[in-house]
Amino acid sequence: MSIRLEHLNYIYSPNTAYEKHALKDICLEIPDGEFVGIIGHTGSGKSTLIQHFNGLMKATDGKLFYNGENIYEQGYHMKKLRNEVGLVFQYPEHQLFETDVMADVCFGPKNQGLSKEECRERALEALKLVGLKEKYYKSSPFELSGGQKRRAAIAGVLAMRPKVLVLDEPTAGLDPKGRDDILEQVAYLHRQTDMTVILVSHSMEDIARYADRIIVMNHGEVLYNDEPKKVFAHYRELERAGLAAPQVTYIMHDLKECGLSVNIEATTVAEAADEIINALENRKNKTVEKGK
Amino acid sequence: MIRDITIGQYYPAKSILHRLDPRVKLVSTLLYLISLFLFRSVAGYLAATLFLIAVIRASKVPFGYIVKGLKPIVMLLLITVVFNLFLKKDGEVLFSVWKLTVTTVGLRNAVYMTIRLIYLIVGSSLMTFTTTPNELTDGIEALLHPLNKIHVPVHEVAMMMSIALRFIPILLEETDKIMKAQQARGADFESGNVMQRAKAMIPILVPLFVSAFRRAYDLAMAMEARCYRGGDGRTKMKPLRYKGRDWAAYVIMVGYVVSAAVIGRYAPFKIWIF
Amino acid sequence: MDMIQTEKLIFEYEKRDEDGNVIGASRAIDGVDIDVKEGQFVAVLGHNGSGKSTFAKHLNAILVPTDGTVWVDGRNTKEPQELWNVRQAAGMVFQNPDNQIIGTVVEEDVGFGPENLGVPTDEIWQRVEESLKAVGMLSYRHHSPNKLSGGQKQRVAIAGVVAMEPKCIVLDEPTAMLDPMGRKEVLKTVRRLREEKKVTVILITHYMEEVVDADKIYVMDHGKVVMEGTPREIFSQVERLKEYRLDVPQVTVLADELRKRGIDIPGGILRKEELVQELVKVFQK
Repeated sequence: MSIRLEHLNYIYSPNTAYEKHALKDICLEIPDGEFVGIIGHTGSGKSTLIQHFNGLMKATDGKLFYNGENIYEQGYHMKKLRNEVGLVFQYPEHQLFETDVMADVCFGPKNQGLSKEECRERALEALKLVGLKEKYYKSSPFELSGGQKRRAAIAGVLAMRPKVLVLDEPTAGLDPKGRDDILEQVAYLHRQTDMTVILVSHSMEDIARYADRIIVMNHGEVLYNDEPKKVFAHYRELERAGLAAPQVTYIMHDLKECGLSVNIEATTVAEAADEIINALENRKNKTVEKGK
Repeated sequence: MIRDITIGQYYPAKSILHRLDPRVKLVSTLLYLISLFLFRSVAGYLAATLFLIAVIRASKVPFGYIVKGLKPIVMLLLITVVFNLFLKKDGEVLFSVWKLTVTTVGLRNAVYMTIRLIYLIVGSSLMTFTTTPNELTDGIEALLHPLNKIHVPVHEVAMMMSIALRFIPILLEETDKIMKAQQARGADFESGNVMQRAKAMIPILVPLFVSAFRRAYDLAMAMEARCYRGGDGRTKMKPLRYKGRDWAAYVIMVGYVVSAAVIGRYAPFKIWIF
Repeated sequence: MDMIQTEKLIFEYEKRDEDGNVIGASRAIDGVDIDVKEGQFVAVLGHNGSGKSTFAKHLNAILVPTDGTVWVDGRNTKEPQELWNVRQAAGMVFQNPDNQIIGTVVEEDVGFGPENLGVPTDEIWQRVEESLKAVGMLSYRHHSPNKLSGGQKQRVAIAGVVAMEPKCIVLDEPTAMLDPMGRKEVLKTVRRLREEKKVTVILITHYMEEVVDADKIYVMDHGKVVMEGTPREIFSQVERLKEYRLDVPQVTVLADELRKRGIDIPGGILRKEELVQELVKVFQK
């Protein structure tokens, strides 16, 4: 059970002046239940990539297997794929259209052909998962605040009970608290369900905190595909790709360069703090021993 | 895809056509459109074709790009062909199937109308390809300026047009995005009867309108913040001044129209294809 | 001299029922006193809905106070005859790069402001060229704004304001919709304008990293100014900022965390170099 890409290529407007090779020979595997982060500068192909996962875009060349089946094979049930791979676009609140939040969240399940009761049941479950308060269920989606709208929109995708949830920059435009809230909610979702989560983000700090694995896209190619620590160790190469490692990575590297014996692998504030305290204690012990 | 629509878009290039005064291009386009209806012979069409080819070459807009712009009107063309083919009853009968008869006159009319329509679209899109919307607006504003006397808000209308043109690509892109987002939620725009399809558009249209209004509100604010207060007291960054090449273009244009009309009507050779 | 001064600024939105009758008012700004001296770089922080954008719109007379006064370059924004002078003195850059570009060609957009001001044609060209140079976008002058990146669009928007030769530029969350590269571009441009043109800059944002070199920071919450001070003073209060739904740069969080765990470093650390320096000192003890 997984998403597997084999030599996937995508070319925009082929054979015209605007031709652009957006994805170049991508080979990837995303196993079930993983929390994967995708990073890359604007135009690196990450948005194009994720739209392949649920078949919204069709590769010019190559294969995409979902649970072992090639989705480009004739007769493949594309609608079923879209039910299983939920895609939350950037600024998803711009797709809200119904008169109240509940009805909007029901849109997905309704398209799946479920009965009214089932739709409602799923919508309630999804709204609970995104942590939207009950008093908003009957409000017009256009009256909610930015963060609440976004939650409602994410619930609209969750109500389809996808097995894989792809989020394209779910925190864009939110304030720091709103950003943390949404990410915490996504992490909670990942823990609560056995859903695979694929998170596209510009923020290294966020990705470092939540992802098990990071895929770095650069000019339509996969530059790295590894654990956060290993990816951020290449912080100089990341910079060349228009990205950066989390701030703490830089601090740890600088400390090391100043001759302090710290482990440079820390990528979150908590890890870094532990690391520095450890290093400090080790040094004290050593001086104490020397003193003896 | 929806983004492929090129009609009405500006194509940046450095050509003599791009440098012409927008008023010249507006008047010329109008003259060209009129000229298409002045003649009824192959010779006339030949003249119109040669002229169009010459102008396309001069514009430096790739031919393929222009052809792509015709895609959205294919349906319109087909309808024209069908109407002209089957509804004309006069002339020699070429063949008939069931109740439909095709006559020479019908066929000729179908061919001519199609050519006229294509030339009409290509001619006017050449103007938009080579003229930035702002220039276009300035041109229209200048040409319609006399209407100000009868209290037509010429500047305001022109400004509205120019803004509409700027936001067309943005809104097209947005439509594409909303469509995809709803598809990701299982929406189906392709199947069902007319009513079902129309209903399926609601999840696209509502967000699109909401977004358009939000943009309009933002833009109005941004314009006011930059001291926009209508046409009074406004100066122009690119005021329209006729140059030598503009007068030359007028002369060429008038020359073409006259010769096309003369050749088209009085050319001694009338070769029909059938 | 004061570039901008507000005194007990209050702004209320009217609440209406479905028939359009006024049924009450909600206060978006509640007694704000701010003053900005000429040439200063002042930041206004606050979460979404804190009133900071409503405040920004007062500096350009897009909104006028319900109560209290706003002076921009010594002019009262409430006086109708000062409207255009106020708008010329304080230029405004908005959040959404697409929704503030009017022209379909970069240079024509930059010329839009001066055209409205009635600047003679030759001078418009001069100003457009200069402003595009100042934001580093001169080579894009003939491009269509639709083909630019978010950061580039915002730089064009800034050039459009610069061309009106304002004394002060108000940027209302100019980076909220940009990626990290675009954000850097815009901030670099703003810094350059401050240094080269000596314009007063008021930056409204919720990104803390952007305001570490501000002369002064105001933090807004529920329409009120709740904190006021230098970046160091503000950033040393990590917990309080979190209460206002804000956060601080990772360096500051790390420094704060280490301090809590008994390491002897000063509060309000803003840059990674400072932290590294302090830690090296600690290690050498």
